[in-house]
Amino acid sequence: MTTVANAPTASTPSRTRRRGRIWIWLLLLLVAMSATRVIADAHDITSAGTLRAATIAAIPIALAALGGLWSERAGVVNIGLEGMMILGTLGAGYFGYHYGVWAGLVGAAIFGAVGGALHALATVTFGVDHIVSGVAINIIAAGVASFLAEALFAGLPGGGPTQSPSLPRPPTVSIPGLSDWTADLADRGWFLVSDLAALVNALTARMSLFTLVALVLIFGTGWLLWKTSFGLRLRSCGENPQAAESLGINVIRYKFVAVTMSGLFAGMGGAYLAMVASSGYQNGQTGGRGYIGLAAMIFGNWRPGGLLTGSLLFGYTDAARLRSGGESVHALLLIVAVALVLMAMWQLFRGARLAAALSMVVGVLALVWYLSTETIPGDFTAMTPYVATLLVLALASQKLRMPAADGLRYTRGQAG
Amino acid sequence: MKALRRAGLAMAAPVLALLVAALVTSLVLVAAGDSPAAFWETILSWPESRVLVGILNDASVLYLSGLAAAVGFRMNLFNIGVEGQYRVATFAAAVFAAQAFLPGYLNTVATIIVAMAAGAFWAGLAAILRVTRGVSEVISTIMLNAIAVSMVAYLLRRAGSLRGQVIVTDTIPKSNWVSGIPLMGDSVTELYGLAVLAVLAGVTFSVLLNRTRFGFDLRATGHSESAAVASGVNVKRMVVYSMLLSGAVAGLIGMPNLFGVSHSYGSTIQSGIGFAGIAVALLGRNHPLGIAAGALIFAYLGEQANPLGILADIAPEIIAVTQGVVVLCVVIAYEVVRRYRNKVEQRDAAAALDAPNASTEVKT
Repeated sequence: MTTVANAPTASTPSRTRRRGRIWIWLLLLLVAMSATRVIADAHDITSAGTLRAATIAAIPIALAALGGLWSERAGVVNIGLEGMMILGTLGAGYFGYHYGVWAGLVGAAIFGAVGGALHALATVTFGVDHIVSGVAINIIAAGVASFLAEALFAGLPGGGPTQSPSLPRPPTVSIPGLSDWTADLADRGWFLVSDLAALVNALTARMSLFTLVALVLIFGTGWLLWKTSFGLRLRSCGENPQAAESLGINVIRYKFVAVTMSGLFAGMGGAYLAMVASSGYQNGQTGGRGYIGLAAMIFGNWRPGGLLTGSLLFGYTDAARLRSGGESVHALLLIVAVALVLMAMWQLFRGARLAAALSMVVGVLALVWYLSTETIPGDFTAMTPYVATLLVLALASQKLRMPAADGLRYTRGQAG
Repeated sequence: MKALRRAGLAMAAPVLALLVAALVTSLVLVAAGDSPAAFWETILSWPESRVLVGILNDASVLYLSGLAAAVGFRMNLFNIGVEGQYRVATFAAAVFAAQAFLPGYLNTVATIIVAMAAGAFWAGLAAILRVTRGVSEVISTIMLNAIAVSMVAYLLRRAGSLRGQVIVTDTIPKSNWVSGIPLMGDSVTELYGLAVLAVLAGVTFSVLLNRTRFGFDLRATGHSESAAVASGVNVKRMVVYSMLLSGAVAGLIGMPNLFGVSHSYGSTIQSGIGFAGIAVALLGRNHPLGIAAGALIFAYLGEQANPLGILADIAPEIIAVTQGVVVLCVVIAYEVVRRYRNKVEQRDAAAALDAPNASTEVKT
């Protein structure tokens, strides 16, 4: 950490230092996971297959989170992401089946955007409470999807009242030499080297084009919202709409656009779920991923890089439970235990005795649980992503700062 | 005249919302190639007495769920976790009641208390996270819903036994059962005996909210947190109390069915009641009587939609669209009416202020 801190930096030392720190944390995480793999003999926790599954599980969450980012940066809380995602899965099912992969993506985006526009109409135009509108949209979307699914898919070959026929898969790309070489290296089981190779392999071999699209959207959003005047204006609507209004910004229009875009991205997340993560539309396919996306965005401190990290975390816990779940989640328990014990020591060093004691107790309990069992029952692995969300929010939420006017009602002319 | 106008405005919102919802539903039906006429014929036909009892049963359960959500909503606390609290509480109650620690109806009463405690506990987790760690209760209760599903499924596998295709807990003793009330002679189904819980909870909620200091603090915090703090309300404590109360009411949701019909907890437990309760609370503007009306409307639509598939060849799922649109339209309509009323009041006040001012100006 010190080398990075001492490195000569020109204009923004703190930001460069923060970026550097993230890489060190990631490296530490990889070392920890690698060590756990060797100690706990849980081969699957860093296998290329798991990491690829983690990416596939993470991207829909990240797209929902991206939707949340657009909406909340403009000051509108969007709990209707779940509903917009549901609409997206339906759009992908219909347009994807009839007109092909890319039409599916566009159709999903449009369906999601319709949901977003509805939310914008209720919250921005009519000033309804954001949560209330979001909850209502989730109810409507679930109803519309399950009703239209029957109308649209019931007669099709391979389709049924609750699911679409299987959809075409988006093309995948690989970097030819690199993916073979890393796959070979990943199989050797060497400490750290193989894990790193598996990571590179997961990112270079058979990556869906939809994943690339999502990544471009996430980083493009970072550029658009933080490096352009459009972005500055949009964010000013979320921080201080009265000030924005006094500078001549049409706050209502910015908010409306942002919330509609929010639905668009959530809809694309739905398309990813229906066409990449599984082979078609199903009722109830989203399974709360819109909400998890919201949590990932909060965890990511309302920033693109942060929400991607958060989504990967949830995607990973989701993937780990699916691939030899009991064993993998059991091994993760060891990481949690060690991390909590280390945190307890750090808290003690900082003088926070109560927090230290609490972390220590939980950490030791996790360690005892790890040592006294061989595997974790399926029901517990099923709750891993949700428990991880709660724990992470509980640990991180005090350092987070949401947009200052997020969730507040805005009416034109408040600037006086 | 003024009172008439106020009453008219208050009624305008829900009526408007119902009309828009009917329109949207019809449009969706047309878009899907179904006949709206057949739909409305089925929905608006007079229910048979069996269905009427079903509506009342559903409404009593929805009412409890709506109350649970409303307790939080009244102070801007969004307890989305009624679903999970209800599940945890019903399971805990079924297991406790089956132990038969107490004789007869004493056990029933004790079980209801256990259910309330279990619901309050599950909601309390979210409250603690909110006041100590600042985690939004919206997110935490949603996560706790998902965790509740897995946790109860796990515990059910440990505590229950296989009966046919599903795992259920042991049946509760017969002496605890609360028999139904034969409301209609020609109906095979009976009204839940414990539907009376809904009435009791509604009255308690009303008294608590309007006649006690706690209720005043709760409403004050909901209207303006800073004003509440300034008048000495401990907001953190209020968050914990109202969340516990909300969870306790959520614990009651499963009781009418547990003691009246199912007599055990099985994996076939009805899901979605918690979310419907949120909608019902919003529909009724978190007012005890309003929620009752909302619950009746939801239950009516739900029960009347059941034969849609047979009678009109329309998927009954369409009714969720109607229900959702009603909720969204109601909140929008209330907002529109509120703005209109504010404008009228401002105009009236301005007119009243202007009149004497004009006269004083003339004098000086």
